[in-house]
Amino acid sequence: MTITGIAALGAGMAVIGAGIGIGRIGESAMDAMARQPEIQGKIQTSALILAAFVEAVALFGVVASLIV
Amino acid sequence: MQINTLRIFLLALLCSVSFDAFASNEEDSSGEKFDPKAMIMHHVKDAHGFHLWDWNGHPVSISLPIILWTDNGLTTFMSSEFHHDFEGKHIVEKDGQKFVNYHEKIYQLKEGETTIAFDEEHHPINATQPLNFSITKNVFMMWVSVVVLLLIFVSTSRRYKKSENYVPKGIAKFTEPLIVFVRDEIAKPMIGEKKYKRFMPFLLTVFFFIWINNIFGLIPIINGANVSGNIAFTLTLAVFTFLITLFSGNKNYWKHIFWMPGVAVPMKIFLMPIEIVGMFVKPISLMIRLFANITAGHIIILSLMSLIFIFESIAVAPVSVGFSLFISIIEIVVTAIQAYIFTVLSALYFGMATEEDHH
Repeated sequence: MTITGIAALGAGMAVIGAGIGIGRIGESAMDAMARQPEIQGKIQTSALILAAFVEAVALFGVVASLIV
Repeated sequence: MQINTLRIFLLALLCSVSFDAFASNEEDSSGEKFDPKAMIMHHVKDAHGFHLWDWNGHPVSISLPIILWTDNGLTTFMSSEFHHDFEGKHIVEKDGQKFVNYHEKIYQLKEGETTIAFDEEHHPINATQPLNFSITKNVFMMWVSVVVLLLIFVSTSRRYKKSENYVPKGIAKFTEPLIVFVRDEIAKPMIGEKKYKRFMPFLLTVFFFIWINNIFGLIPIINGANVSGNIAFTLTLAVFTFLITLFSGNKNYWKHIFWMPGVAVPMKIFLMPIEIVGMFVKPISLMIRLFANITAGHIIILSLMSLIFIFESIAVAPVSVGFSLFISIIEIVVTAIQAYIFTVLSALYFGMATEEDHH
């Protein structure tokens, strides 16, 4: 396997991790919203921020594989 | 009056770039294999001119000024003098100095050299890189977005000065909800009722500046000037956030970094390096998040378009156009979300820095 192939594999693995992470955040955010619809706005905001944090880690991986 | 001055400024800006079409010296060899990586990287990177389209094999572009600081002082010329060459073949001579454009980097050739040569680590052997202050594609688009923002917000404030009881009218109807959103949903909850006002100018500026640059990046006719997908641009914004956090940090903030209250002494020593690293990681993650999100969006759209040329079949076209339309719609949402995330996280860091002790 060439170095570009390994880099592409790394990017894919980073995306798997982020997918699981954001999926879990979305799942619990939906649960919380169903339980307490009155604070939907607050939950949405924090869910978005947390998703951004998870996504940043995946993007670090993608940037690293772009540089390679 | 002010609006008129701005309009004239914008017009002058547009007129100062010359619009030209050139016959390229090399013939497009049709047998050459299409290289998607080179095409995508060429589009994502900054350039010395807007390449609009090819007309009968002749590229049509808007050239921009190149401003260099060499050993002999200032040298300026238009990028059209390179005749669309970015392989380092066409030499521009100014005051006895020879310049070539190699992949949108301007190199100055040494005495008596005619072509640029590179060693194995891809450093040029017979050329130097002069200091480059050129008005590139990104710089130009940034100016355009600054002018557009000024037009919008100066006229908004004029609306409020004219109106009797601060009822929004005209463009203020559009901007007021956005400004109130930044104040009530970002600044107040993250920083707190008492201190948010100090940070509002920065937060509003960053929010609208990132948003408008993200939107300009999506316009295909100006070749998608990738301003917010440029790491230098995001670095500058992140450094501003970092400096404001440092200078507005109170005693409580520094105490939490260097000598965490409420934990045992070994733990305090253990936490100190982690907190110091965290201080720097926060702006770095802000920088990389915006850069990578926007660049990734551009790369995805261009990759989908490249599929047509990779498969060399018209049957792929509807699929890839459909998919890139879908991604473009997602990107419109992403433009707003990324501006929001950058502003929220900046506000969060300012909130951390100004938080009062409640132990």
